[in-house]
Amino acid sequence: MSKIVVEGLTKIFGHNPRRGLARLREGAGKEQLRRELGLVVGVWDVSFSVEPGEFFVIMGLSGSGKSTLLRCLNRLHEPTAGSIRIDGQEITALDRRSMVELRRRRFGMVFQRFALLPHRTVLSNVEFGLEVQGVPAARRREAAREALRLVGLGGWEDSFPHQLSGGMQQRVGLARALAVDPDILLMDEAFSALDPLIRREMQDELLELQARMNKTIVFITHDLDEALKLGDRIAVMRDGRLVQIGTPEQLVAEPADDYVAAFTQGVDRAKVLSAGAIMQPVKAVITDRDGPSTALHRMRQNGISSIFVLDRQRRVQGYLTVDDVVDAATHRRPLGDYLRRDFQAVTPDTRLDRVIPLGAAASVPIPVVDDGGRLRGVIVKGALLGALAASGGDSERGEDPERGVAS
Amino acid sequence: MIDQILHLFDVYRLPMDRWIRALVDWLVGHWRPVFQAVRWPVEQLLNAVRDGLLAVPAPIMLILLFVVGWRAANWRVGLFAAFSFALVGFMGLWEELMVTLAMVLSAVAFCVLVGIPVGILAAKSDAFFALIRPVLDAFQTTPAFVYLVPVVMLFSIGTGPGVIATIVFALPPIVRLTNLGLRQVPKDVVEAGNAFGCTPMQLLWKVEFPLALPSIMAGLNQTIMLSLSMVVIAALIGAGGLGVVVFSGLNRLQVGTAAIGGIGIVLLAMVLDRITQSLARKTGIPGG
Repeated sequence: MSKIVVEGLTKIFGHNPRRGLARLREGAGKEQLRRELGLVVGVWDVSFSVEPGEFFVIMGLSGSGKSTLLRCLNRLHEPTAGSIRIDGQEITALDRRSMVELRRRRFGMVFQRFALLPHRTVLSNVEFGLEVQGVPAARRREAAREALRLVGLGGWEDSFPHQLSGGMQQRVGLARALAVDPDILLMDEAFSALDPLIRREMQDELLELQARMNKTIVFITHDLDEALKLGDRIAVMRDGRLVQIGTPEQLVAEPADDYVAAFTQGVDRAKVLSAGAIMQPVKAVITDRDGPSTALHRMRQNGISSIFVLDRQRRVQGYLTVDDVVDAATHRRPLGDYLRRDFQAVTPDTRLDRVIPLGAAASVPIPVVDDGGRLRGVIVKGALLGALAASGGDSERGEDPERGVAS
Repeated sequence: MIDQILHLFDVYRLPMDRWIRALVDWLVGHWRPVFQAVRWPVEQLLNAVRDGLLAVPAPIMLILLFVVGWRAANWRVGLFAAFSFALVGFMGLWEELMVTLAMVLSAVAFCVLVGIPVGILAAKSDAFFALIRPVLDAFQTTPAFVYLVPVVMLFSIGTGPGVIATIVFALPPIVRLTNLGLRQVPKDVVEAGNAFGCTPMQLLWKVEFPLALPSIMAGLNQTIMLSLSMVVIAALIGAGGLGVVVFSGLNRLQVGTAAIGGIGIVLLAMVLDRITQSLARKTGIPGG
């Protein structure tokens, strides 16, 4: 079951926002609503779901409604319409007391400007969530110390927030959220106020923490690189609407529209795309029991000059060039004597920046194999270059005459 | 005709004074129990504080004062406070000083008791703030003397009514600065409080109030200073204390008497100001 399911979520700001709802359904635009009714549309008919343990990033420029969307999830902003289910429980219908209870047990939140309590020590700040729940002092202090250790701030318990650098303050913010042991972490531009170096460090540490804790994280950012680095999936927002949801690769390789395409244009595609995204099905292979005539026939039929040899489990044994096969046929020798093993396979999730050096060196296409060594597809040089060009390589790939094997 | 226009105000006299007298007569006639009920707790507190202060032997009071100044600020403020009070005592005005101090303390106690909750309500409700704002403005811009008239009519004369006039006069700053302090609490910190599941009361006491405290303490300081100026003026309606010394000195053209009364007031004002200001600083955000 999905952790969070959002359906048709709409948030309109202003006096009596339900008036705007009807107008939106009639097809009125955001701008029209602002002019005619003085209402501001924050989020407009957004639906998505987040799986348990997923790192879900919501990305958009300022004013795109991403922070509003996040605040609807724990009802810091009251949704105007739509449904939000956490573990199957509809939360938009909860009364105030149940909502307070839900916030205490299920959510931890991290804020862009840290939002620490300046009159409390670091330890007391981290205790805050548990204190509000009424956890006895000794137990919450223990949990707070543990959370501080987790974010690498052991020993700073008695300092005040203003004595800490920005990065350290945000660690306190993170520890405060972790101390209540929530299943869901809401992070609102959590690293945006930090300078780039500290920021990268925090991103790495968050990923490391996430690998251990396996929380469901909803992370807001305006920074594409951050989104691509952190997100299992990314939702792109624009003007209060969801433009596209997908893995980092999908956004880069198959942008839903020009907006996303423009967004992802500057990305180093080699760091985002993986072998699986650009590999193509293999046109022709032979097994280790086939003879030279079968091999020649398949190669001629597909217009390729080399062919992969697989065993019965479809594991790649090696490859043969057309010359090898012809030689084997003339001298009536088994193909196995000619088998070439000087190839290097990659897995589908290998990033392109690691595939490129192989592609440059190889004289045959690069086989893509799964964990069991079975052939899944191949990457030809043309596809590699096409994928790295910002425009995306789909069309070039389709027309590649050498699809299959050979170069 | 021309004559009438030139002497415009002789043509018609607005009987405002009679209207007001009718209103006050009506108020006194029908609402007297209410005003007496207001007066009662004020006088109880005032008498208790005054008797308490006067019951303490002067040397012990001076030591206490030093300790309060020292704990609230530093040993220099403590020394200054004890020395100032001793000086007033040696001028023969110890009892008057204690009465004035008692009036200020009781007036301020009521201001805090009323002002902080009103300030909290004002911060939480824009409508309520819009409602009380003109009242606060009126209280603050009305000259101190003008208060005395209705107070005398409704509460008659004496030290108790003097303290009531003082409460009304000194109330606005603490209401305003409580409201302001709460409204200035950063939005994201309030959000954080809500996000971690604070009830409205927890949010107020664990997040908003502590962050508003420096502002509230500044309001308290202003309230104390205003009440000190008012308890002196309240001598006009029969309140006791140092104000009496000044006024009787003025009436009898005894420059010396009026001056030492004035000196006593100034010293008391300085002591109270120093102590509450450093209290305000100490409640401030560390480093911020």
